[in-house]
Amino acid sequence: MNQSAPNYYLPQPTRWPVVGSVALLLMAAGAVMWMNGAAAGPWVVAIGAIALATMIFRWFGQVAGESEAGRFNRQVDASFRWGMSWFIFSEVMFFAAFFGALFYVRVLSVPDLGSIESRLLWPEFNSAWPSAGPSFTGRFTPMAAWGIPAINTLLLLSSGATVTVAHWRLKENRRGPLSLWLLLTIVLGATFLALQAWEYGHAYSELNLKLSTGVYGATFFMLTGFHGFHVTIGVIMLTVILFRCLAGHFRPDHHFAFEAVSWYWHFVDVVWLLLFIFVYWI
Amino acid sequence: MTSVQTHHGDHAHHPAGVMRWVTTTNHKDIGTLYLWFSFAMFIVGGIMALVIRAELFQPGMQIVQPEFFNQMTTLHGLIMVFGAIMPAFVGFANWQIPMMIGAADMAFPRMNNWSFWLLPAAAVLLVSSMFVPGGAAGTGWTLYAPLTVQMGPGMDLTIFAVHILGMSSILGSINIITTVLNLRAPGMSLMRMPMFCWTWLITAYLLIAVMPVLAGAVTMTLTDRHFGTSFFSAAGGGDPVLYQHIFWFFGHPEVYIIAIPAFGVISQVIPAFARKPLFGYGSMVYATASIAILSFIVWAHHMYTVGMPITGQLYFMYATMLIAVPTGVKVFNWVATMWRGSLSFETPMLFALGFLFLFTLGGFSGLILSLTAVDVQVHDTYYVVAHFHYVMVAGALFAAFAGVYFWLPKWTGRMYDERLGKAHFWLTLVFFNMTFFVQHFLGLAGMPRRIPDYALQFTEFNQISSIGAFGFGLSQLLFLYVVLKTIRSGDRAAQRPWEGADSLEWTHLPTPAPYHSFETPPLVK
Repeated sequence: MNQSAPNYYLPQPTRWPVVGSVALLLMAAGAVMWMNGAAAGPWVVAIGAIALATMIFRWFGQVAGESEAGRFNRQVDASFRWGMSWFIFSEVMFFAAFFGALFYVRVLSVPDLGSIESRLLWPEFNSAWPSAGPSFTGRFTPMAAWGIPAINTLLLLSSGATVTVAHWRLKENRRGPLSLWLLLTIVLGATFLALQAWEYGHAYSELNLKLSTGVYGATFFMLTGFHGFHVTIGVIMLTVILFRCLAGHFRPDHHFAFEAVSWYWHFVDVVWLLLFIFVYWI
Repeated sequence: MTSVQTHHGDHAHHPAGVMRWVTTTNHKDIGTLYLWFSFAMFIVGGIMALVIRAELFQPGMQIVQPEFFNQMTTLHGLIMVFGAIMPAFVGFANWQIPMMIGAADMAFPRMNNWSFWLLPAAAVLLVSSMFVPGGAAGTGWTLYAPLTVQMGPGMDLTIFAVHILGMSSILGSINIITTVLNLRAPGMSLMRMPMFCWTWLITAYLLIAVMPVLAGAVTMTLTDRHFGTSFFSAAGGGDPVLYQHIFWFFGHPEVYIIAIPAFGVISQVIPAFARKPLFGYGSMVYATASIAILSFIVWAHHMYTVGMPITGQLYFMYATMLIAVPTGVKVFNWVATMWRGSLSFETPMLFALGFLFLFTLGGFSGLILSLTAVDVQVHDTYYVVAHFHYVMVAGALFAAFAGVYFWLPKWTGRMYDERLGKAHFWLTLVFFNMTFFVQHFLGLAGMPRRIPDYALQFTEFNQISSIGAFGFGLSQLLFLYVVLKTIRSGDRAAQRPWEGADSLEWTHLPTPAPYHSFETPPLVK
């Protein structure tokens, strides 16, 4: 690739990064205030979040405009591909930390709490998984795999297929079916999120399964919660891509943004499969 | 593939004054920002170190409260690791990688700007944690649970600072990897790249692999603090040791994230002053990659005393010792590069040699610590402190100094004052050893680290160490003076002031390097 392109696009100075930094500073400071009971906290977070959203919208808008203006050659395209791949790798490692925590508590820390030594401290404790730990006094019901989670698995797997079909239509330059398949993907993703939200409500109101339900609740909600957050981001990204398709963006041979979103969507899909197996099922 | 390119030579569009630096997308500007930021943090973290050493000058409590002492050790560690050393090498990467591979800039110039400007935001959070009720985190830079779960709001600020630092590192690393993989000039194959580019490629990979894991660890700390989760609480089925595992899965590669770019700088400097090509280039690449891979499977050697099964201890001991093999290859190659070379000893070479001796010493004390039976004795003593300062200061920092003196002519167009540079080296070398060599003895004699008071028999060595620390700190003001003097009134430097230096920035670019270099890639033969 680097043999073929002598010149590539270099952007002008930009003010969006520093806006992003100030936005994150506000969000962090506001979150600290909020969590420690300062009344202004939520407002500071909100201002930071609005600034961050504006920054992301304008920055990506600028890049999309440059792309449509034909400023990105094959070498720039390859840079974007490398960049997105490594970004997804960083996300994989983020989830790996939480999966690592799940495996650690299931294989090591909870069984160890039932060992002979620990039994001196907590004689009543049953160290079978799922467990909320020896100090948890109430009762809770773990989330069953074959209800909503199984339906959600079907939804997400189908959405991975529909986004691929949309990609085929884009490569054939059939714009109508492209938008329809993309829309279907978004609907599947949004339905997944709606069911997930209902499942959380069900867990809190009927199963007594909460973030504070020992280490089972912690790993369950943190893993599925971060996944749901990523699905939300993915749905937003798909929606942006849909609007760009409707605005006539992308060509059959030049549509990196579409592919990046679809890679991200498949990544979210794979994480869900692991969640379904290790959090819900076994 | 001749496609549209917006020419950016028109400087009329570029903001002037402060806004130039805030909005810049130029790799050299951003490299400069990184380097100055790093120096500022080096001074801040250094002052904290001097607070620690002042308190430890005598037994008993003289200057600070114990809580504040703990905050100083924590912030000193966090600021030096994330604020001083890492940004310094990212600064080198920004300046050097595009010039060394014949690229016009980094692959993502706007994102490059953001990677830098995230750092001041994180620094504000970190430093402001000293001024909230309860003060900064007093847990040590490792931020171990359960202490972190019990700290005040300063801990929350630290957690978010770590998140933002992680973002900065990940974005910067994506940029570096993409630049190296995709923007090399025609003919610049991977195995012809200067070693510095290889070391950063591998370091960036490590950063992307482990910074998200650290983010996960501090996120769990945050939810344990405020949202009722029990990751690190045995009462809820979790385990404080879980935090240590996750942290050191990040923490051990982090050590190499700091050391490997330093190896890269040394691998540029030694051949230049030996007037010979780097000995065993291929084996250097493979050794560096081996160190990186091994760094993922040795983390629990930081945790020998938490109550691991004996098989776990043995595994981590042997795996850790394996790292000495590729590291030995590197040291051997540096020495072999000098073998029968036409050596000269300008300041960059002096720092490189200082690195070679002292880093190797730090490596050997690391080998000693890797022995479980020994580590159980000296764990959390000053022996460990001495060990990692030999690696971090005499390793990474000396390499950073070597790099600054080496490339300063290319960056500024002017030569530093050789006499003052050498004075800086010798002062730094002597005071460094005065500060840290004696800490080996303190540690072997059983003085615990992170404690503001100590038993009487440790007094003399502590006094030597404290005097050395103040001498070391003051010597760095000389460094600042040398750099400022170079920029203001140094003699004009030639295009290639070091005759043995043969990478593209010396052979193809004038001195000082133009604001935009290699807009048309050079053909590398």
